[in-house]
Amino acid sequence: MLKITDLHVAVDGGSKPVLKGLTLEVKPGEVHAIMGPNGSGKSTLSYVLAGRDGYAVTGGSVRFQDADLLELEPEERAAAGIFLAMQYPVEIPGVANNYFLRQSLNALRRARGEPEVSAAEFIKKLKAVAERVGVDPELLKRDVNAGFSGGEKKRNEILQMVMLEPKLCVLDETDSGLDIDALKTVADGVNSLRSPDRGMIVITHYQRLLDYIVPDFVHILADGRIRKTGGKELALALEEQGYEHLLGEAA
Amino acid sequence: MATALETVQDYAAKAYKYGFSTAIESDMAPKGLNEDIVRLISAKKNDPEWLAEWRLEAFRRWLTMEEPTWQKVHYPPIDYQDVHYYAAPKIKERPKSLDEIDPEIRSTYDKLGIPIKEQEILAGVAVDYVWDSVSVATTFRAKLHELGIIFCSISEAVHDHPELVRKYLGSVVPAGDNFFAALNAAVFTDGSFVYVPKGVRCPMELSTYFRINEMNTGQFERTLIIADEGSYVSYLEGCTAPQRDENQLHAAVVELIAHDDAEIKYSTVQNWYPGNAEGKGGIYNFVTKRGACRGKRSKISWTQVETGSAITWKYPSCILQGDDSVGEFYSVAVTNNAQQADTGTKMIHIGKRTRSRIVSKGISAGRADQTYRGLVRMQKGAEGARNHTQCDSMLIGDKCGAHTVPYIEIKNRTAQAEHEATTSKISDDQLFYCRSRGIAEEDAVALIVNGFCREVMNELPMEFAVEARKLLGISLEGSVG
Ligand SMILES: Nc1ncnc2c1ncn2[C@@H]1O[C@H](COP(=O)(O)OP(=O)(O)O)[C@@H](O)[C@H]1O
Ligand SMILES: [Mg+2]
Repeated sequence: MLKITDLHVAVDGGSKPVLKGLTLEVKPGEVHAIMGPNGSGKSTLSYVLAGRDGYAVTGGSVRFQDADLLELEPEERAAAGIFLAMQYPVEIPGVANNYFLRQSLNALRRARGEPEVSAAEFIKKLKAVAERVGVDPELLKRDVNAGFSGGEKKRNEILQMVMLEPKLCVLDETDSGLDIDALKTVADGVNSLRSPDRGMIVITHYQRLLDYIVPDFVHILADGRIRKTGGKELALALEEQGYEHLLGEAA
Repeated sequence: MATALETVQDYAAKAYKYGFSTAIESDMAPKGLNEDIVRLISAKKNDPEWLAEWRLEAFRRWLTMEEPTWQKVHYPPIDYQDVHYYAAPKIKERPKSLDEIDPEIRSTYDKLGIPIKEQEILAGVAVDYVWDSVSVATTFRAKLHELGIIFCSISEAVHDHPELVRKYLGSVVPAGDNFFAALNAAVFTDGSFVYVPKGVRCPMELSTYFRINEMNTGQFERTLIIADEGSYVSYLEGCTAPQRDENQLHAAVVELIAHDDAEIKYSTVQNWYPGNAEGKGGIYNFVTKRGACRGKRSKISWTQVETGSAITWKYPSCILQGDDSVGEFYSVAVTNNAQQADTGTKMIHIGKRTRSRIVSKGISAGRADQTYRGLVRMQKGAEGARNHTQCDSMLIGDKCGAHTVPYIEIKNRTAQAEHEATTSKISDDQLFYCRSRGIAEEDAVALIVNGFCREVMNELPMEFAVEARKLLGISLEGSVG
């Protein structure tokens, strides 16, 4: 469903190359974990997939389903089924969390030519999902991410993800800042979305998350490329040996 | 992908939807202003003697006054002799029923989305339609009459309720109050009049819809609202004008009087033509709005959403005379392109334990410049008076400006005033976040701006909140939760 081929991306007005020939394919039903040192370009990859401004693609291609993903605006990518759970979710003062999510859901539905959900239907579903991913109902009425703790923000991202039912989920360090209980609820939420027609890219620093969201593949991103690919045991090896050792071996 | 700035620029470049004009025969006074013109207006309006005198008096005062220059707006000098001070659709008499209204006028209001009808959409709102200088229709009069509520054009009130008009006209904004108020007193041609008797809660929103149509005409309307003891009224004001290359002058006066335990809620959605992107054309909006909380425990709330006009000069104020009276000012001002706004409020605390609250939200984009100017004065007798002021500015892009000029004068040591101010921006982070959730860029800007203004928007009556949200670029389909 997602095919990234020899992707080159530069930041800082195109002056600083970050991704230098990254290739990755995600098929429906697969969960891919991406691990890599700080600053290796994990978030950059996630932003390029979601269409953020300021990340200049200088080479390569990204195809999503039948489309050239790079041609699409961010909202079109969302409508196509891409969801990015962000590393640093943004605050939107004065906009209620539930209102925002309903606007989002209806915008996606309109873009897909589907009817909007009614307020009643929406609230019902929202309540159920909030409970499942451990989001306090109070947070639904507060302004989007405003004054949320780090953990609350991450859970809110998962809430959005489960509500919006994307085809491709990209999670950028959703686990950082979560205690073990929160980690489990978040993982439950993510696992509930696992299905044969949905792909996932889980970016993380820690092997720990992968105990709960068991990946089909683990990739190590360094120097702007996927340097090593393996099964879930690669994450364990990485935890034991560290990047330098592991990648030294690969080189 | 566009930045927040570019989006707002696109947004701004969209054509002003209300900019058409209507070909209709008008009865116009020749351009210029002198005692003869003032007398002509008096004659056209069939003024009683006292009012004719009052106008002339105001005109003579005006001649001795200088146009204010302290506000932070710039415009070429206005030639007051190059303006028509009277323009009215050519009708022999005011139509007796809504069915007799000129079809051209009727279709104009239809196009503006406020049909002259006592019908479903506006079922909860009685409307006075002011066209250039005169009121052309008022709906739901009979229903209001049953409750003893008077809602009519001020010209009618002058004749039908002279004792009330004479008692209150100019009692809050005297004829010589300021340059523009004096001009208005001399040449005002119409406007709305409301009287709510003791103990009556007005069951519907009262509304005036102002439309400037003729070229080179000024609009000088005058609104007078009196809420007698223990009464309540919510009043809405909306306005649009055709798109013209010349600037047009609008110098209105609004006077509110609240007696003991009375409450007046006055809401404005001001959408006069703002001029084009280069700053050509647009309305000069120089308005004096003031409310007197004369009675104990009376309350006056001003809520304004200001998106139009080339220049706005406007400070809806409250004079808190009655003990325990309350004044509120909620404002959203949006300036874009070359628009300039110098707006704010004055809260004059005279009575004991008087309270005031000011919430001002300014959004500036393009090359626009905006100033919040607010005065909070606690007089000697204002024991235990309180004020809270919150002034938030949002800047979109780097060519616009926002300024906050608070004046605080406290003459009673038990009185307190607090002032908070913030400045923020729509960040590309916020825009990207919304867009990655499927919300198109333009809707995202509207969403963020509406969020920024929420406290003020919440103060608007439902009938207007919808229009106002749309004005800020959003259509709200029932909020959740
Ligand atoms: N918008 C940006 N502007 C400038 N530099 C950036 C930007 N985004 C990322 N970078 C730089 O690109 C590199 C990769 O960053 P990032 O993708 O956030 O790494 P990771 O998520 O793996 O920690 C870092 O050196 C970072 O400083
Ligand atoms: Mg990162």
